[in-house]
Amino acid sequence: MTMRGPGFLDQLDAAVPAAVVGRNLEAIDPWIEVAPERIVDVCAWLAKSSPVRFDSLQCITAIDWLETDPKKAAKVTWQPHTEMVYHLWSTSARVSLVLKAKLPRWKSDVPGELPEIPSVCGVWRGANWHEREVYDLSGIWFTGHPDLRRILCPEDWEGYPLRKDYEMPLDYHGIRGR
Amino acid sequence: MAEFLINTVGLPDWLAWTVTAMVAAALILNVIAGGALVFIWAERKIAGRIQDRLGPTRTGGKFGWLQSLADGIKLLAKEDLMPDGADGMLFRLAPYVSFCASFCAFIALPFAFDFVGQRMNVGVFFVIAVLGLEVFGVILAGYASASKWSLFGAMREAAQVVSYEVPLGMCVVVPVMLAGSMDLVTIAEKQAGWLTNWYLFHDPFTFVIFWVYVTCAVASVNRAPFDLAEAESELVAGFHTEYSGLRWSYFFMAEYGSMFLVSALAALLFLGGWNGPVPVASLLGLSEGTGDTAGYFVRLLGMANLLGKATLGVLIMMWIRWTLPRLRIDQVMMTCLKYCTPIAAAMFLGAMLWQVALPGGLVPALRRPAGEIREGWLPGPGGAFALPSADAGKVAKVNP
Amino acid sequence: MAQMLDDDPRIIEFDVRTDEMLVNMGPQHPSTHGVLRLVLRTDGEVVSEVEPHIGYLHRCAEKIGENLTHRQWIPYTDRMDYLAAMNMNLGWALAVEKLMKYQVSEKARHLRVLITELNRIASHLVGMGAYGLDLGTFSPFLYAFREREKILDLFEEACGARLTYSYITVGGLTADLPAGWLAKCEAFLEQFEPIIKEYHALLTTNAIFVKRTANIGVMSRELAIEYGCSGPVLRGSGVDQDMRRDGEAIYTAMYDGYAFEVAVMKNGHYPRDHDYPAVPADAVLGDCWHRFFVRMLEVVQSMDLVRQAMDRYSACKGPLGEPLKLTEKMPAGDAYLETECPKGQMGFYLVSDGSAIPWRVRARSSSFSNLAVAHELCRGCLIADVPAIVGSLDIVMGEIDR
Repeated sequence: MTMRGPGFLDQLDAAVPAAVVGRNLEAIDPWIEVAPERIVDVCAWLAKSSPVRFDSLQCITAIDWLETDPKKAAKVTWQPHTEMVYHLWSTSARVSLVLKAKLPRWKSDVPGELPEIPSVCGVWRGANWHEREVYDLSGIWFTGHPDLRRILCPEDWEGYPLRKDYEMPLDYHGIRGR
Repeated sequence: MAEFLINTVGLPDWLAWTVTAMVAAALILNVIAGGALVFIWAERKIAGRIQDRLGPTRTGGKFGWLQSLADGIKLLAKEDLMPDGADGMLFRLAPYVSFCASFCAFIALPFAFDFVGQRMNVGVFFVIAVLGLEVFGVILAGYASASKWSLFGAMREAAQVVSYEVPLGMCVVVPVMLAGSMDLVTIAEKQAGWLTNWYLFHDPFTFVIFWVYVTCAVASVNRAPFDLAEAESELVAGFHTEYSGLRWSYFFMAEYGSMFLVSALAALLFLGGWNGPVPVASLLGLSEGTGDTAGYFVRLLGMANLLGKATLGVLIMMWIRWTLPRLRIDQVMMTCLKYCTPIAAAMFLGAMLWQVALPGGLVPALRRPAGEIREGWLPGPGGAFALPSADAGKVAKVNP
Repeated sequence: MAQMLDDDPRIIEFDVRTDEMLVNMGPQHPSTHGVLRLVLRTDGEVVSEVEPHIGYLHRCAEKIGENLTHRQWIPYTDRMDYLAAMNMNLGWALAVEKLMKYQVSEKARHLRVLITELNRIASHLVGMGAYGLDLGTFSPFLYAFREREKILDLFEEACGARLTYSYITVGGLTADLPAGWLAKCEAFLEQFEPIIKEYHALLTTNAIFVKRTANIGVMSRELAIEYGCSGPVLRGSGVDQDMRRDGEAIYTAMYDGYAFEVAVMKNGHYPRDHDYPAVPADAVLGDCWHRFFVRMLEVVQSMDLVRQAMDRYSACKGPLGEPLKLTEKMPAGDAYLETECPKGQMGFYLVSDGSAIPWRVRARSSSFSNLAVAHELCRGCLIADVPAIVGSLDIVMGEIDR
């Protein structure tokens, strides 16, 4: 069950103007794309004011769109970027909603500068660990997060393993990496 | 025995007394160490059966009866580790303090009529007081280990044992009051005869207070559900987290020694001591006073009786341990302060009033006439394990 | 920090304040269910703050998934919640099938229900036994494992493995049941049913157990929802949600025609389809006792489902069908699916660029969200309550760390 009605999207548009920048209602999981800097406004409206309260954040995913193989890279139609995917769930209406947001791979395309997106911890407290995990593995900086640290990898780990161009370090404190 | 050494062998007095004391000490040590071996094996076997498994089966042939010995050898061979930050002297000292406390309490514990290391007219007081010293070893161990878990365990133990000594003391006072003596031999001797003479069945109040005693006794020796000091799911292993090898096994021996001790105390105070439910010996016309061999046989029978009762107590503690979950520290303290202490106080008062109102009991015919009760005799100084003379019993009757 | 704690009204005020102490519980600790590390800030016995540290079992399974085909990743899902590997297999298989719009045969569908519900019983048995262990009673743990062994024997006969099955796979199952299996399963259920009463006597209704769990770690409905809790943890707080009934069509279709009642307290009482013990007076909705009790109810519920599935499975005449080829190409696109695993809602998110190897794999773990709420529940409790609360969440580190 997914929110398909355009009426709902109109309401979202009216409540948070110019936040929705794209949509695909025919996909297996219909999704709407949100401008990254408006993500908190959209989520706050969805969680607190919308007719269907999306009171639970199930998952945050960052997808790294980068083709490292030069042969295949010539064929791909998209530019390298990072895609954020938020899976929301409404426990009252028992429907799900998928939000997406596009980020650059690096902030201002300077390698090493993490792309930024506002944290939704203020909307759902449960987002805290999910955002820490995305930061840890995919290297996204969540502005306004109360405690953004690595969660699964050791605190002094270098690099972001779920990025497509990640290379396992040769050595970690004397332990052979590869 | 001392007299025998002085008069027949011709040893000087001081040497004779030392030898006598050492023989008694060695015997008691064997009771504790041997008891611990048997009880550890029994605990493993019983836990196994309760949990639908077999327990040890192979070591030593059938039933794994050599398992504790094998464990003991393993513990001997283990390295005695000590954490870097530990207070070395206290860390080494702690297990011995614990063990000695448990061991010393056995000195005043009669195993049968006058089978006692050192008979004391304040026996009950001595046993309870010395047993309470065991907590020092635990606190020292917790403090000296330089581990936070150990410290938590030690503080819990301190709070728990000190609190439970209050109701425990009150429970113990009731039989003392009924017997009119703090001498364990006298208390047990007053319950001689049929089952109905046991203080457990003396009056309703003693019946209730026996169960309060059981609760407090389990708590004061740190067995489940009151085993907070070594709660493995919370405090890793509590006060003995950092101990290994032989030092650890001293704690274990002390624990099993104390378990046995409080069970034996329960038997002496409430369950007739060495007097069986049926007075077999007196029905056969035998008593401790009827000749050397027969008297000895009666004493052995009494000892078997007491050991049987105490062992039963230990087995029940094991049964409880493998059945119940653990209480939380505040619940343990609440059980003590809100339930055990007031109930013990009320039962003490009740037993006192009962004694005033119905000194003969509800059915006076069931109670033994006072003239039949022997006070026992007080042997000469240090008369441990002295073979009593044939007319010993008569002396007591003259002087009740 | 001290200032912050002083201002927090949720923290119990003491008459005497002593120095605070940081205590490290885990990663090697008897009651942290694997390699969880909790840093406790304690004042005496009272815990003012709990901070879980995770990641000791991290294998980056999601990265591995980007280098294997969809079916090759099945064994990696086994190792997430290794206590309910069948349910994990099913979650991933269904997510891939959702993307490929593939439908398994009727026989495979009923066999999947049968196997996953049996695994749910096994998982809850471990949860129940280990919870007894957390509270200091050892015997129920072995009683639970004794019965779980019998389920594992059944699984071994069906697929050859006892822990990591890889039995349910994309497009069906790797093999059909051997002859005589259903009779053995029925014999197990017959034998198992009366034993549940024993568990209730030893734990659920035991006075000390109730004292240790009732009104401890109370989680409100709102808190549970906000943290994305799921499964028995969510239902223990009184939220009526079960993905088997409320989930997406591809998953709920599996349970079409099956009769079961979601184990949740509604209008002040739990389902009354069986003879369950009464809720003790001290228990508050959302406390450790309710989370535990929901699991116990689900064991009975799963037994009913297994019986129904056995009937339907044996009524199916057609073939089981072959699973998909290892290199079967997936259409480009993405699909997210949550299934009701014993520990909660396990979500798999799959992004494909059109090849047989997924572009991105994401596992949304229920234990991860359930553990995230632990620091809220443990604030102001006693040290002994920490294992009680963490144990009632019934986490599996393999799934949290992935």
